Amino acid sequence: MAVVTAPKPSEELISIDKTLDQLNTITLRIARSNPAEGHETTYSEFKVPVKKWTTVLEAILYVKQNLDHAVAVRYSCRQASCGSCGMKINGKPSLACYTKVSELHSNVITVEPMNNFPIIRDLAVDFKQLISNHKKMKPFIIREDSEVTPESKEFIQTPQDVEKYLQFSYCIKCGLCNAACPTMATDTSFIGPQGLAQAYRYVADNRDKGKEDRLKIVDDSHGIWRCHFAGSCSHVCPKGVDPAMAIQLLRGYLLGFQK
Amino acid sequence: MRESIIMKIHYGTALGAVVLVAVHILMRMTQNFDQSLQYQNVIANYHFLPYALMLEAILILLSVHGFNGLRVILLELKQGSSYEKIVNYGSIASMAILIAYGSRTILMAGMGIS
Repeated sequence: MAVVTAPKPSEELISIDKTLDQLNTITLRIARSNPAEGHETTYSEFKVPVKKWTTVLEAILYVKQNLDHAVAVRYSCRQASCGSCGMKINGKPSLACYTKVSELHSNVITVEPMNNFPIIRDLAVDFKQLISNHKKMKPFIIREDSEVTPESKEFIQTPQDVEKYLQFSYCIKCGLCNAACPTMATDTSFIGPQGLAQAYRYVADNRDKGKEDRLKIVDDSHGIWRCHFAGSCSHVCPKGVDPAMAIQLLRGYLLGFQK
Repeated sequence: MRESIIMKIHYGTALGAVVLVAVHILMRMTQNFDQSLQYQNVIANYHFLPYALMLEAILILLSVHGFNGLRVILLELKQGSSYEKIVNYGSIASMAILIAYGSRTILMAGMGIS
């Protein structure tokens, strides 16, 4: 009977394996504040052991579990689907669960709450305005008939019809685009890139009949015209949505370039 | 007025001003530059009706564009119902005053009143 033996891993593979397993220590600086009690922002520093695949969220949770239970952070899915763990990581708005410590190329990582949102405590911010602006855009298909009644048929779309809005439907409402938007920093009434991109998502959907309503909503003194096309919203989106493009395309409808 | 109409006017006045200001600058090349700014030549420009009308058009285009731009900057700087009303009506009033004053100058120079 033939004996099959597994081939020995090469020296190169063994060395890669050891590198992956190596523990590094980083300094995690967490912004701490509690506006309800009038606390000014301070930074707490923690030494955190990390591996090559450790995410920033895992590093924060290590701090919560082992070093300081009082750190306030919002998170849920840990796989960039829920949009809960948005924060500023080394100055850039990012999802903590989607950012690996190793890709930051720094031994010091500073995490702060997102800009342009009221702070609840530490890294947790208030999403009330974002959700309210999102709701204002009527984020649903508006039409008289329905595809769910027994006598009706489904609304058929071609792949080209879907392509027009598909990327904008990937928005997870994490608020990173609003945090990166320079207009939102000064204009607190601005709808923001998230809301405007969602307005476009439904305006571009050929099943929808609520285009006129939505265009009226965005055609406001704090609406679509306040965008300066900095493009930072598209740069930070973790889902590849391009709100800056959505805003320009939506402007096309208002300027009469698109019907 | 809806914001999209205001912004269409804003973009339109910008394009119009670029064209007319280009013509205005190119008119300096019909003679030597230093001569073009001599008192008699400047007054002669105002007496030439098509040119005076073009100056009036530039005045209107730049006033409308400039004050709307200022209105937008001020609206982004601070928010609030009464503040926004002041900014909106203030911009319109300032625009009207500047156009009236500039038109008065063009008219007086055109009619030879100094």
